[in-house]
Amino acid sequence: MTLVDVRDLVKHYAGERRWFGLGRPQAPVRAVDGVSFTIASGRTLGLVGESGSGKTTVGRTMLRLQEPTSGKMLFDGNDVFALDVTRLRALRRRMQIVFQDPYSSLNPRMTVDDTLREPLEIHGLNGTVTALLDEVGLDAAFAKRYPHELSGGQRQRVGIARALSVEPQFIVCDEPVSALDVSVQAQVLNLLADLQAKRRLTYLFIAHDLAVVRHIADDVAVMYLGKLVERAPAGEIYAQPRHPYTRALLSAVPEPNPHTTKRRIVLPGDIPSPAHPPPGCPFHPRCPHPKKSQRCRTEPPPLRPITPGHDAACHFAEEPM
Amino acid sequence: MTLGTWLALFVALVVTAEIVRVLRHRAMRHERWRRFFRHRTTTWGLGILTFLVIVALAAPLVAPYDPDKQLDIVHLKNHPPSWTFLLGTDVLSRDVWSRTVYGARVSLGIGALGALVAVALGTLVGAVAGYYQRWIDAVLMRGVDVGLALPRIFILLMAVALWDGLPFAALIIVIGLTSWFGTSRLVRAEVLSLRQRDFVVAARALGAGSGRVIFRHVLPNAAAPIIVSAALGVGNVLLLEASLSFLGIGVKPPEPTWGNMIADNAPSIYTAPWSTLFPGLAISLVVLSLNAVADGVRDALDPRAEAA
Amino acid sequence: MTIPGAPVLLRVRNLKTYFVTEHGKGTAQAVDDVSFDLYPGETLGIVGESGCGKTVTSLSILRLVPEPPGHVLPGSLIEFEGRNLLALPAPELRAVRGNQIAMIFQEPMTSLNPVFTVGDQIAEAAIIHQHLSRSAARARAIEMLRLVGIPDPDERVDHYPHQLSGGMRQRVMIAMALVCHPKVLIADEPTTALDVTIQAQILELLDRLQHELGMSVLLITHDLGVVAGHADRVVVMYAGRVVETAPTDALFERPTHPYTEGLLAAVPRIDAPRTRLHAIPGQVPAATAWPPGCRFHPRCPYAWDKCVAQEPPLLEVGDEAGHTARCWLVTEPERKVSKR
Repeated sequence: MTLVDVRDLVKHYAGERRWFGLGRPQAPVRAVDGVSFTIASGRTLGLVGESGSGKTTVGRTMLRLQEPTSGKMLFDGNDVFALDVTRLRALRRRMQIVFQDPYSSLNPRMTVDDTLREPLEIHGLNGTVTALLDEVGLDAAFAKRYPHELSGGQRQRVGIARALSVEPQFIVCDEPVSALDVSVQAQVLNLLADLQAKRRLTYLFIAHDLAVVRHIADDVAVMYLGKLVERAPAGEIYAQPRHPYTRALLSAVPEPNPHTTKRRIVLPGDIPSPAHPPPGCPFHPRCPHPKKSQRCRTEPPPLRPITPGHDAACHFAEEPM
Repeated sequence: MTLGTWLALFVALVVTAEIVRVLRHRAMRHERWRRFFRHRTTTWGLGILTFLVIVALAAPLVAPYDPDKQLDIVHLKNHPPSWTFLLGTDVLSRDVWSRTVYGARVSLGIGALGALVAVALGTLVGAVAGYYQRWIDAVLMRGVDVGLALPRIFILLMAVALWDGLPFAALIIVIGLTSWFGTSRLVRAEVLSLRQRDFVVAARALGAGSGRVIFRHVLPNAAAPIIVSAALGVGNVLLLEASLSFLGIGVKPPEPTWGNMIADNAPSIYTAPWSTLFPGLAISLVVLSLNAVADGVRDALDPRAEAA
Repeated sequence: MTIPGAPVLLRVRNLKTYFVTEHGKGTAQAVDDVSFDLYPGETLGIVGESGCGKTVTSLSILRLVPEPPGHVLPGSLIEFEGRNLLALPAPELRAVRGNQIAMIFQEPMTSLNPVFTVGDQIAEAAIIHQHLSRSAARARAIEMLRLVGIPDPDERVDHYPHQLSGGMRQRVMIAMALVCHPKVLIADEPTTALDVTIQAQILELLDRLQHELGMSVLLITHDLGVVAGHADRVVVMYAGRVVETAPTDALFERPTHPYTEGLLAAVPRIDAPRTRLHAIPGQVPAATAWPPGCRFHPRCPYAWDKCVAQEPPLLEVGDEAGHTARCWLVTEPERKVSKR
């Protein structure tokens, strides 16, 4: 059953306004430019992209923490973008977010207890802070501490407990382990997997790293410059990536194996600015595909099915590289 | 100075010391207040402010003379400090000590209330502009730019001209209304950066309303600049009151304030420096003490500051 | 590659760098008795998680640790070409810094001065150390920008840091570091702040430059993947100590210290099927209070009473020259029974 259904989501940031902020805006930044996907209940979609790909904006816009420019987001049949403030606040209980930076995600002036009690108060729930802490593997004694007295991994656990406090069905995990050390990263990933199994949670797992996503996602979507370039079940995308960008991302992950046989694709150039995306296929200036042609420079490739359930946005997705 | 006033002064000192001692003692039980007393200067600042407030409240006991009384315009004009006139007398033969003590009532009152109005208003405008952004921000901040660009004295002169014979409350409001621009800018900048922080986004995601987000998550984290600007604000208000008195539009003479004492006696600053020096020192002492206390409050509100 | 029998280029012995914490509440023993050698032409990887002391080690080499609160303890030795850098007078040390030993940092934005053009910043070291004229230094800067693969170097030389992308800034940092052709390049997390595809570019560039210029690289990173692909030998650090040293192949094939083993198992693998990751339980201890005995014992699945009582020295593993591990399991392998 589909729980989350995002349709043609667009988020443009207005350019800077001249004349003391009252004039006409400059060219907009196309952070998210027509993204669609669905997540079935109890499953995890891994959303992968580099900086400037718009992956974080997708997550925040879906929860309406930022207002979308256009598009639809259906959550369990509710049109989230059309809700009034009261109904939105009620729905927020069912959709939560876990952040990347454990240093900025907790209010430094509030103890763990304050932080976890607040959502219970807002929604009049009768959960307890101790139970929440226990669920994320923290001792009850942590309730009295302030964020600066916790390690990165402990803070991240508190952030997860805060999201769980309102008993959501869906959690946007916005790079929840990127800022953590490898050994702690594994602890937190395992915790997220356990919680998902226990509470039947649905995740949108945002990451810049295809290796991390491999360990948690059922399906994977890859973003580049505000657009989805590939979308497929996890097994499929790692075994047979279709988009040249996905292939490059996979090959660029440094593997802890000195005898790796994989051929490394090093992409030339930088990620272009989303304020001035290249015409045609947004990836064409860096694309190493041997079939790259004039068509890539002028005609944006649509996201189209290559095999059943596996979509890619490349004119030459069927061709080997 | 009579024996009674010396005694009253001594009692005031003892009471001050006792209050500070008790506060310190109680503070040790709470992490937060232990942080407040972390620096020795904070204790001193608190002591000095307490002493000044007590003296101001007990002015009739501590002051040997009626502050407005011209004791002997011929013989006691600009009398240097002595045992009879502790801080000397001014150009109109009034006792400087008595005037300083009574002046503390008016000056501390105007300073505290004026700064309170200014900081409250500045914080509110800054928070609203920074939190809601868009056109609200643009409009408010352009207003602040105009406010900062207009000479404040000019605005005050207009207010005085409209009002004629400014009552005390009106003076405070007028001072407060023209002193918040800097604070609002400071708060806005802080709020702009704080509202991007993940814990603020998290609060919104949990369904917290704007009020809760602003008052629980944003403003407490902007406390440091607000408190510092409040402490500096009191000093500024005292000085503003002085310059208003200098222009003859502040508190009406003969009622003493530290500002108009300086203003009245400025012409004799070379011949009788004590009559301007002591009210000047009082202002400096208040500003310094406030800054020391502000440091303590800032530490008390910040759990990251190490407690002593 | 390591040249067998070659003289050591940089010798670090018993390095101890401590920090006095605020209010004198204790001493953080950030780097506690670290020794290793760097040979000409090789890449030595120093791996560890945050708080293990790898960055402080790298800063100590050029005496860049802020003093106070930090200080390098007497008895420490950092020998470069026969001279102890820790005992060198300031002017002589400056002649080494940026000239013979250069450094690049993690954050290319804060490491560049925003008010000077990249050309000026690259040229600065050449002017200081090689006394080049302004025009010669500018020509050298352009040459360096070309070397690090920046397109249109004649134009880019006059750009300011904010006009460049993160990857470009890191290339500029590398150009700055290499302008005097140093013998040692210390690269402290050079790609951590960068995107994956840009990281691949920078690592490839470092490999190429090392090959072309024949320098030694001290590659400090938390990423075992980066080490596997780019280092000849590896030093693993934990809690201020070296816990294992090995040639890269030996380390990844036969990790001996339980920490190395755990770290390797915790890395998410792209080539493995979706599995539960192995996590090392607990947290890195605080540098003000390292555990007694083996510092890893509270988190170690094999620890027994001896590990609590006595800290092991770096022991020869015996499979390959230069493979050592600070673990009693080397002498008592039969004890390797996981309690979990």
